[in-house]
Amino acid sequence: MKYFPFIWATLWRKKTRTIFTLLSIVIAFLLFGLLESVNYAFAHPSGGVSGADLLITVNKYSITFSLPISDAQEIRAVPGVAEVTWISWFGGYYQENKNFVFAIPIDTDTYFNLHKGDFTVSDAHMRAFRQTRSGALVSSALLEKYGWKVGQKVPLHSTIWTQKDGSLDWTFDIVGTFDVADKSKANQQASTFLFHYEMFDEGRGFGKGKVDWFEERVDDPSKSAAISTAIDALFANSANETKTQPSKDFALAFIKQLGDIGFVLRAILGAVFFTLLFLTGNTMMQSVRERIPELAVLKTLGFSNGKILALVVAEAAVLCALGAAIGLALAYCALPLLKIGLQGVELSPKALLPGIGVAVLLALIVGLPPALRAMRLNIIDALATQR
Amino acid sequence: MWKQLAAITWMNVQTLPQRLGASSVIVIGIAGVVAVLVSVLAMGAGFHHTLADSGRPDRVIVLRGGSDAELNSNLTREEIDIIGSAPGLAKDALGKAILSSELVTVANVPKIDTGTDANVTLRGVGAKLLEVRPEIKLVSGRMFHPAVRELIAGAGAVKQFSGLEVGSILRLRNADWRVTGIFTSNGDVHESELLADADTVGSAIERTGYSSAIGLLTSAAAFDAFKDSLTTDPRLKVDVQREPDYYAAQSKDLTKTINVVGNTVAIIMAIGAMFGALNSMYSAVAARGREIATLRAIGFGGVPVLLSVMFEALLLSLLGGILGAGLAWLFFNGHTVSTLGGGFAQVVFQLTVTRALIVTGIVWACLIGLLGGFFPALRAARLPVAEALRAA
Repeated sequence: MKYFPFIWATLWRKKTRTIFTLLSIVIAFLLFGLLESVNYAFAHPSGGVSGADLLITVNKYSITFSLPISDAQEIRAVPGVAEVTWISWFGGYYQENKNFVFAIPIDTDTYFNLHKGDFTVSDAHMRAFRQTRSGALVSSALLEKYGWKVGQKVPLHSTIWTQKDGSLDWTFDIVGTFDVADKSKANQQASTFLFHYEMFDEGRGFGKGKVDWFEERVDDPSKSAAISTAIDALFANSANETKTQPSKDFALAFIKQLGDIGFVLRAILGAVFFTLLFLTGNTMMQSVRERIPELAVLKTLGFSNGKILALVVAEAAVLCALGAAIGLALAYCALPLLKIGLQGVELSPKALLPGIGVAVLLALIVGLPPALRAMRLNIIDALATQR
Repeated sequence: MWKQLAAITWMNVQTLPQRLGASSVIVIGIAGVVAVLVSVLAMGAGFHHTLADSGRPDRVIVLRGGSDAELNSNLTREEIDIIGSAPGLAKDALGKAILSSELVTVANVPKIDTGTDANVTLRGVGAKLLEVRPEIKLVSGRMFHPAVRELIAGAGAVKQFSGLEVGSILRLRNADWRVTGIFTSNGDVHESELLADADTVGSAIERTGYSSAIGLLTSAAAFDAFKDSLTTDPRLKVDVQREPDYYAAQSKDLTKTINVVGNTVAIIMAIGAMFGALNSMYSAVAARGREIATLRAIGFGGVPVLLSVMFEALLLSLLGGILGAGLAWLFFNGHTVSTLGGGFAQVVFQLTVTRALIVTGIVWACLIGLLGGFFPALRAARLPVAEALRAA
């Protein structure tokens, strides 16, 4: 530690150069932090507000094929299933098709029983929802986004479901709002709009008695696999075979359909770090080259080879650590901005942690070659070097 | 002045090999930026091309009003009949409208690289398929027969999803479908799809209506008459679009996202590369302080010195830009990938490094080089002659 002032001083020997090098390291780690956060979010979808005990059942051959609502009775009878609820895909938007609203018709009792503790709804709002056939409970974020008020009538356009009169526009009474209990998952539910399945099923012009997916809560998450198999066995060889899986796996499979996001991000990061490595490595080499006579003086004074090596590597390490710390801190500050761009995805600062490892590695790769060169200096030759 | 400029520049260029390390920082730094920029944008360009190529201005797509995409839409047989009798449609030898009533659904087919299910479009088509879409060509096997569970698979889909070779069996809703042929379609979006007879698909998924009607017009100019006749018909509530407009809308969001991501990452990287360029050009100027001072002392002007340094930076960054764009082209041009398109189903497309993208990349490279070269050039031009001559 006593050499720290010395290392610090040599680092700032050429101020502009060090600042520019530092800034490019900062940039690299800023990109690292941003891209890794996105990558982490896609690789660890949380599969809805509930945890590992939530299963999801869809049509085996395509999620666009519906399932009969009567399946719920049979699923409920499977040992280990604590609750089952059913949901349809409404495909809704508000006014313009860029204003996507995650509107879903739900069966109130089973839905809130299954998601017990996931949402906070005031008793008054819940009572109003139960009593109003055309009522809707919306996430408070959505209410705020469109400036809606509780008590207001809101029209939603469905791209799929016609009413009996052929109209695709449905009107709901907003009777209350809900919040997500686990704040870290609030972003996923930011556009959720809940309304009554009963009203929806009676009102739609076709497809009555059909649902798009079932959600099940199981008593014991460790038995999820066996319960999934048991549910699918119920409908094997029927006209509507099912596929049941933990909701997390369902989300992951969907993300995989977008393509190999991980590969794309890693390829970009590879290019970023290769470029940076080259740049920083070059600066370090140059800086050592300029200091050959000084290093020779240090050796003459009795600094051991090991110490010289350590000094130069430490110099690289300080530079990398400083750059990485600033870059990752900037990335951390930028996460809320990124969240706006990536709706429905949770970003976790956990993804920034590997950055520390990368910084260490970077320091070694750029620091070692010049350090070895410095260590192997022959004092006589080095002292004789003319700059 | 031009003579001076040429002389200094030539001198600088000749000494470049001596400063290989520092110079290569600019080249490699900028090559990295351009390679990332061009590769990411090539993804957007490829996706856009695949969808944009799917349309012909003299082809129309009719959907139920307010449905946005074929997958959501529903048209009854009666509605299809009304659409078929509208003016402007091309007619076959027997006087029947060239119109294909199609039923679009999605089947789970595992992706080859991940092994997980992907949403692949199964498109039920009418008997007039080949008249409506003459670009569809069988490359192996034979056409499906109507009324039996047979389908043909797009060449793009065969590459990305498993079990679609001729003779394979695809299980769909409790029934087996046989793949009887592989087709190409000019590299458009339909190459990502499976095609079968619409009524056979309808009976398999228990649906009576259709999703869309695709018609061939007598000419692109016949569109307005066709559209007006349908939109003013009180029996119908439909959206009528030219095919290119429909597919452009489907590709808009994703293309935009890819472009925003590509440009953002590249801008951040470019800033990093600019610092690298500044560094190397400053050290280049510092190393040549005495030479520059000598030149100034024997009468060379400040402007030629400034320009020559900028020129050197530009030259190196141009090299980097060409290298980066070349690498992107070499590794990614024609690389086939697939993603979820606007219609909730997989679209197979190829990364396309277009000429425009290469130009964009090189323009970026030059801008980085100019910015990175300017301040060092300014310093070189302002170097106090006497001091610099005296320096070590």
